[in-house]
Amino acid sequence: MSLSYPFGFLDEYAKKEIRRTTLKAVAIPGYQVPYSSREMPMGRGFGTGGLQLTLSVIGKGETLKVIDQGTDDSVNAVSLRSFIEMTCEGVNTTTKTEESDLIQSRHRIPEKPLREDQILILQVPYPDPLIVVEASEEKRKTLHGEADYSRLLVKLYEDIVKFDEITISHRYPTRINNHYVIDPSPIPRWDVPKLNQSPALILLGAGREKKIYAVPPYTKAEPLAFEDVPFRVEDFNDVNGMRRCCQRCNCNNSFLDEFIDSKTGHKVYQCSDADWCEENTINNNETLEIANG
Amino acid sequence: MDKVLEVNNLSKVYGQGCAACFELTGPEHDTNICPKCGSVVAAHNVSFDLYKGEILGIMGESGSGKSTAVKCLYFDQKPTSGRASFFNDEKQYDLFNMNAAHQRHLMNHKFGMVYQNPHLGLNFDISAGGNIAERLLMSEVDHYGEIRKRATDLLKRTEVLAERMDELPKNFSGGMQQRVQIAKALAINPPLLFLDEVTTGLDLSVQAAILDLILEIQQENQTAMIVVTHDLGVIRLLAGRTLVMKYGRIIENGLTDQILEDPQHAYTQRLVASAL
Repeated sequence: MSLSYPFGFLDEYAKKEIRRTTLKAVAIPGYQVPYSSREMPMGRGFGTGGLQLTLSVIGKGETLKVIDQGTDDSVNAVSLRSFIEMTCEGVNTTTKTEESDLIQSRHRIPEKPLREDQILILQVPYPDPLIVVEASEEKRKTLHGEADYSRLLVKLYEDIVKFDEITISHRYPTRINNHYVIDPSPIPRWDVPKLNQSPALILLGAGREKKIYAVPPYTKAEPLAFEDVPFRVEDFNDVNGMRRCCQRCNCNNSFLDEFIDSKTGHKVYQCSDADWCEENTINNNETLEIANG
Repeated sequence: MDKVLEVNNLSKVYGQGCAACFELTGPEHDTNICPKCGSVVAAHNVSFDLYKGEILGIMGESGSGKSTAVKCLYFDQKPTSGRASFFNDEKQYDLFNMNAAHQRHLMNHKFGMVYQNPHLGLNFDISAGGNIAERLLMSEVDHYGEIRKRATDLLKRTEVLAERMDELPKNFSGGMQQRVQIAKALAINPPLLFLDEVTTGLDLSVQAAILDLILEIQQENQTAMIVVTHDLGVIRLLAGRTLVMKYGRIIENGLTDQILEDPQHAYTQRLVASAL
């Protein structure tokens, strides 16, 4: 392993700045704190925001899990993990949610409930939920400051008019601690309720947009909705109204990915969280073995 | 009578301004550009009162400062000096000394504004109903069914077909856009409504219909209104009292009938004579 890099790749000043920014983000839940996002040896937009947070927060002896779209084995997750292994001596990596102290993730929150001693770091492409309704950052800051999110709600209204329900599938605008509305990164609606009163600290880092924000532990996180059209998560029901199961582990209460079976050409569904699916499969096999004697 | 608005010595200067600005401009000097520093004195010493259910007309040629005065009161622009107090529910609000959040709250809950150009008052990328919904959402109505119902009622009230509620305003005629704008302004039933050249550019029959609508709203809701226009016909039909402005100053004010039948100031005389 190369020892020419300082621990965590970033220099101490950079880490100190990111930690200070993170403290401010925790102190003002949901507020996007600007910071001087450093150049990383990978393109902006590939998770540099999350990576910088991870590198500033992680310490020797801690265990890290990196996931991308729910799986530990996708290219992005593998490269990020090996980069951190290379630059952080004494850090362990794992694919198991319960073994990790720190989880860096893109597009998913693990199915297994997180604990108070864990930190979830989410990579964020677009930190500001208001960008879809207001182009000027100066005006957006005023809107955030005065907690005026009526234009976002108008978008939801228009959705209901056109489609009879809110059609935002990911990046669902969520109000934190009754004031700031955040873009919770492209997690599906399924994961949004996990932000609410989460025991784990959730940090969100946008490298390209140079913003860090946080959902502190046990903080209210409430997706925007109307009184009579409440927020709902994906139901994964088939045409008969039956909840679909994972084709591999039979789980019927996880977020499912849909893909086409290359042999049969049929649509199949499988857990998006690879670690969750793996654990269920092993448990199923054990149960089977016991049953078979 | 209940006072709704009291404006004292409102002034607005565009540019750096100097000590001589106010002395060297105005109708006597036939300019509103300060010869010393080149600043534009858009309004100076504008004072008036407005009472519940009253329509006050502000008349004057282009560039006389009538729109500027209204924009300052609607927080679109910051005045250079002056005071304005808004009275509502036995409370008094000092308009120019409130912080931005309070100003926005007041704007969202108590004021309505209809601009000459519907592009300023409406968002053309969202449906007519959505525009009204935005106004309701700003004032913390967050029940979808209720928003739908109130938007439908308002559009009916302003004679826009409720079936076209979910269409984009850009598909509407100019008169209909203006009605949607009025519906949006009325959504929260504001005690104070600003109308800035609302009928300019519309054909005569549509103008008449919109003026009728405004009068009906005043009768029904006892809404206090400030009507800015250069059209004497609009002033005659709507306003009980009128201010005449020139070069940023009020040169004449009084009952509309008196001003139109017996104008005192030379400029007003010319204005009235040219129109009749």
